Order: sequence, then C-alpha cells, then structure tokens
Amino acid sequence: MKTCLTALISSLMIFSPMAYADKWSDQFPHIKATGDIPGDCSYEKMSKKNYKGKTLKINTHAIPVMGEPTALHAEQFEKLTGAKVEVTHTPAGDLYSKAMVPFQAGQAPYDVVFGFSNFINDWKRYLAPVPKKYMNSPEMKDVTKSHMGVSSWDGTMYQYPVDGDRHYLKYRKDVIDNPEMQKKYKADTGNELRVPRTWKEYAQMAKYFNDWDWDGDGEKEYGSAEVMKKDDLMFAAFFSRSVAYAKNPRTPGGFFFDLETMKPNINNPGFVEALTDWVEATKYVPPGGTNFGLGDEIGSFGGGQTLFSFSWDDAFIAAMQDDSPIKNKVGAAPLPGADRVWNRVTNSWENQYNQAPYIVWGWAVGVAKKSKVKDMAFDYLCFFSNGANHQADLAIGRFGVNPFKNSDFDPNIYINSMGWDPEIANSYTQTLLDMEKSNNRVFPLRVPGVFEFTSAVATGTSKALAGQLSPQEALDEVAKEWEAIVSRVGKKAVQDAYAVGVKMEDNKL
Amino acid sequence: MNFKHKYFFLFPGLFVLIGILIFPIIFVVRLSLSGWNSYNPGLDYIGFENYIRLFTDDPRFWESFFRLSFLSVTTVILQYVIGFALAHMVWKDIKFKRFFRVLFLVPMMTTPVIMTVIWRTFFHESLGPVNDLLSVFGVAPKWLTDPVIAKFTVIIVEVWQWTPFMFLLLLAGLLSLPKEPFLAAAIDGASPVRKFIYVTFPLMAPISIGAIIIRLIEASKIMDTVYVLTSGGPGTSTETSSFYIFIKGLREFQMGYAASMSFTYLIIMIISLTIIAKVLTKVLLKE
Repeated sequence: MKTCLTALISSLMIFSPMAYADKWSDQFPHIKATGDIPGDCSYEKMSKKNYKGKTLKINTHAIPVMGEPTALHAEQFEKLTGAKVEVTHTPAGDLYSKAMVPFQAGQAPYDVVFGFSNFINDWKRYLAPVPKKYMNSPEMKDVTKSHMGVSSWDGTMYQYPVDGDRHYLKYRKDVIDNPEMQKKYKADTGNELRVPRTWKEYAQMAKYFNDWDWDGDGEKEYGSAEVMKKDDLMFAAFFSRSVAYAKNPRTPGGFFFDLETMKPNINNPGFVEALTDWVEATKYVPPGGTNFGLGDEIGSFGGGQTLFSFSWDDAFIAAMQDDSPIKNKVGAAPLPGADRVWNRVTNSWENQYNQAPYIVWGWAVGVAKKSKVKDMAFDYLCFFSNGANHQADLAIGRFGVNPFKNSDFDPNIYINSMGWDPEIANSYTQTLLDMEKSNNRVFPLRVPGVFEFTSAVATGTSKALAGQLSPQEALDEVAKEWEAIVSRVGKKAVQDAYAVGVKMEDNKL
Repeated sequence: MNFKHKYFFLFPGLFVLIGILIFPIIFVVRLSLSGWNSYNPGLDYIGFENYIRLFTDDPRFWESFFRLSFLSVTTVILQYVIGFALAHMVWKDIKFKRFFRVLFLVPMMTTPVIMTVIWRTFFHESLGPVNDLLSVFGVAPKWLTDPVIAKFTVIIVEVWQWTPFMFLLLLAGLLSLPKEPFLAAAIDGASPVRKFIYVTFPLMAPISIGAIIIRLIEASKIMDTVYVLTSGGPGTSTETSSFYIFIKGLREFQMGYAASMSFTYLIIMIISLTIIAKVLTKVLLKE
C-alpha cells in the first residue's frame, strides 16, 4: 500500500508539471521546472485562502541557508493569501536563544520559529503539535519514517518537516574513477584507488591527494574539507567519524550513553580512535581547514578544492549546481566504515567491518503554542514544503533544503529538473535510501540541555585538534563534563529523554 | 522658601538609573543564586552553588580570564603607542593634516562585526589575500589555526579597529595643551625628542590615564572579534571571559551559572581597574 502511495505521489510529482506549469509558474518563476503540483497546500489551494489583515511573524536563519527559502515562500504566501508576513533573520548560533528567551518569559514574539531538530526536547513544551489535518495529508504520508521520528517526540509531531539531513561521503568522481589516477595511486602506494570503505582508507587517499594540482587547473588541491571550527557544528562532524568505531549493532542500548547506567560512552576506545583519526586529518585539509565552518566546507568542496568531504547535503548540491566547476564530477557514498568496532559490553574490539549511517539533525520549524495565528502558521509551513516548492528548493544548494520524502529518492527528479548525470543521480539517491533502510543508524542526541552536551564535545575535540590535549585526555574531559551535566539536569530526566532516541537507534520506534 | 520640590527634578534621571543599571545588577545577582537553565527555567534558590562551582570546578573560566588580561593589556598598550604616534603626527603642521585626521578615524566608524568578517577573509589561510602576498616570500602563517598566532591575529584586528579611538582622545588632549611650555622648551633649545619626553608626555599624562582606562574597560569586553574570527579556537586558545560567559549563557542556556560568572567578572574588573588606575596615576603623575 505504502509503495503504491509513494509511486502515485512520485508519478504526480514527475508528470504533473505539464498540466500546471503555465498557470502558476508565470507568476512564481521559482517553480518553473514543475509548475504547481496538486496537494493540500499547493499554490492552487493556497490561493483560495484569505488571510487579509493578519500578520505572521517568523524567526528564521540568516540568508541564504534556510533564510532565503523562508523569505521567498513568505513572499509567495503573502501574494496568494493576502497575509502580511514578517521574517526575521538570525545567525545559526542564536536561533536557540532567540526563541528560548521569550518562550521562557511566557511570550510569543514569533509565530513560527526555525531551529535545529535536536532542539525538540527543550522546545516541545512551547510548541503546538502539528494538527491532525496536516498529519493525514498525502504530503506528510510521503515523509520518511526516520524523519517523522526526528520531527516527533514519543509519537507527537512538534516540528513540521521541511528538511531532511544525514551525513554522507562526497568524493571527486573524476579522480577516484579515473583509470590513470588509479594506476598512478597503485604504483605509488600499492593500494587500490576506490571509494573509501574505511576511515583509514579515506585518510590514505586524502593524504596522497593533498597539496598538489591533481586536476590540472593550475591550483593546488587538498585531501578533505571538514567542519572543524569550534562551535560551528564541529561536534556533528566528530560523531560522523565516530559511528563506524562506536555504533555496534550487537550492543543495543545507547550510542552516546549506556542507557541503563547513563555512563557516557564518549571516552571509550571507539570514540578515541575516531578522534585520533580526526587529529590526523588536520594534516590533509586545506590551509586554514581546521578553522572551517560549514560554509567554508561547502565552498571548499563545492568549489573543487578537495578530494573528499562529508557532512550535510549542501556541499554536494553546491558541487552539482549549474555554476559549479565540478558539476557532474562528484559522487555520493555512505560514510566510511571501520575494520573494527568497539564492543562496550565486552570491553574489547571486534575485528569485523562496521558501517553506520548518521541521521544527523537538520533544519526544523515549529509553531509557538502561544501564537494567535496557528492556522495560518501551519498553512505557511505546509505551503513551504508543498511538492512544487520542495522540488525547486532541493535544486538550490544554498537553500539548505534536502530530501526527506520518499518521493525525493527518485533519481529522475535530479536528472530531469537539475541536469544531473544519471549515474550520479542514482548513486546519490541510492546512498540516501540505503541510510533509511539501515538497521545500524545513529540519531542525534535529543535530551534536555542538549546544547550543554554538544558544547562540551566541541570544546574537548577542538582542544585535541589544536594539540592542547591528547584524544584520550580530551574525551575524558568531555565524559567528566557530561557526567556533571547529567547530575545537574537530573539522571532520570536525561535517561527518559534518551530512551526515546535509543528506541529509534535500536529500530524499535 | 521650600525647595523640597527640587527633588522631583531628580526623578527622571533616577528612574533611568534604576531601570538600566541598578535593576539589572540586582537581577543578575538574584539570577546567579538560581539554577535557571533550558530545562528548568525560573528563579529557584540554590544558594551559592554556582559560585562554588565557579571557584572550585571551572578552570576554563580562569584560563579565559588570564587570556583576556593578556589580550586586553597588549592591545591597549599597542593602541596607546600607535595612537599617540599618529596623534602627534597630525598635531604638527603637515600637509593634508585634515585628510589624515579623518582617514585615521575610518576603522572606528566601521561596524566591528562586518570588519571582523572582512579581516577573517583576509586572513583565510587558503583563500585570503594576506597569505597570497606572503607566499611571494615563501611564508604562509597559520593566522587562525595556530594557537599562538591566532592570539596575535585577534590583537591585530583589535588594534586596527580601536587605535582610532585612542588617537581621537590623545589628539584632543594634544590640541588642548598650553603653548607656553613648548615655547619655553624651544627657547632653551630642547631637541624634539627631549621636548616630547620632558614636556609633551608629562603634560599628556592625565589624558593618557583616562584614555588607557577607557580602552581597558572596552578591551576587557572583547567578544565580537573573537566570536567572528576564531570562535575562541583553535581549542580554547582565544577564548576570553566574555565569550565564555556568552557560551554558557546564550548557547548552553545556563543562565544562573552565566550570571554568577558575570557578577564575579564584574567585581574582578572593578577591583583590577581601580588598582590599575591608581598605579598609572602614581607612575605617570609622580611629579
């Protein structure tokens, strides 16, 4: 049934443009590739709403990532419904506090608040649950199971799905698949040049392709672009490197903590191995690479400066845009794995291959419980992610909107609308789809005071990257801080919240 | 005649003082005695728990404080020396004096955050123009990724941004100096160097003390430069007290604990700046 529904929606999305393109795409060129796509919140449906005299206040991220589509869809929503929409742009680091301060003071200066999906535990008591009529819409039924889970808390959806995120590997296909390069690499190193299966292989290749002009453009290229700047989402990059060594499918019951005892796992040998690799990575990033934030990473890989990158979709989409110098020269693959994985129950290494996808947190948005225009707010969000807008947004890397619907995994969308090479479109959608199907996934930490935990990881790992502490010392410091946070917040509160995430990881939710 | 009604005229000022100074300080003190955070919002009472944590279990705060002391003292000394030199230069009759006076003020007129973004682009180690130029000489300093050099990068940006402020104060001071001592020195045949050491510098001492103290107060709040340039990194090598308090308060939402740090920091700054002012007065105004 679900497959049929997905196929139906996919067909509608692919073939419907013919019927609707003329009517709405003239007024709204953003959707010129598809025209309006029928649905509960399509252009057609929204044009029948009348919100004249009402004002919707939105706090979103700075332009362009998520801020630009928010503003664009606000403008479209105004034209269609007669509403007035006021959009405030806020830097990523301040999104949490900008909403949290008025929330805690019992105010609702914004009807719609954008943030990250891992804010959910702290924000949920201030957000209105998504009403049933949206939950039952065909668009919502199209959202993947994992992203329904990410947007919900114990079965109640508080965050309206507008984006789907996961970390995966991006590589230069024109190098890795190049027979001449493969020959040269083999001759020089004795190893095969291929999409790296492990982080050790990743490091070997990145080191080899570091600091020389391997694409003949007259400029030096480097091994890898990674988010290493302290407090700029670096902790997520560290978790991506850790999952291979520390997420063992044979030891359910918690990746970040042991759920029973709430003892942090963060300083076990699996995580230490990952941090040791990461410290080594400082040798094969571009000059200044240890100060790269997400924007730098996107610019670096998307601009053709490095062989590899891993993190959110944006760098890949940027590389595949029409104005990119490396369009159709990149590939997507799962995060590298490891030849051994730590077993925290037996306290020993298991010498077998392990790979685990990281369904990382991404953009999320909710409607304030105290908002006086909740209906309009949910209509706006539904319109934001309607079929036409969503497909158009997916094609623009800087928008930060990534696949989160089952229909997004149809390679034809990327081939027909965005001009992707079929082989690349297939590898991209297959990579994302495989993550959805995996039974060994890690989801973001979503416990009370999540920022305290992630901030401690950022501080500890950045000390290791800067050489201030050894990987073991740094993670011991993080573990000590985590224990102190658990004690401050209350073991039971953290444990109860963490149990929900563990259920998702252990495929029980 | 009854002049009691004169006190009514004090009320507007008093209200403002209470509203923007007294109330926030009292609120911060009360907040510091609470455990207000993201999961437990509210002014509960936890006694001196936050202060005990700060003094016994948070070396990072003290490290950031000593780092801040180094950064602020170094930047203010450099700003004073350069600002004095520039003010002295345009105090004299030189060509295009007015042009230079305006030119030297330009950095101060720019928005600090925007200028820091531009500096970050300049110092970008793979895309920035600074290392591009330096590569001609075969060097490529790690401006933002070496723990030691990053401190000096912060200092460079702070000095560039705020030297004009020092320049402005010192130029105003120079322009207000009496002419007689300089005439007397000229009649005695004093060289320019001796004139500076024995006349200009001593006469400028009171203004210098004021300028240094004002800049020290401002420099001790270094935040935007660090936030944009390095986010306190690499590691914690450029993390200052205000940036650390910002992280704890507005990133991690540990409001109660951040308030205790803010209040402690305020007390330390009041004491240390009072001592510095006394020492400067004693040293520079000894005669």
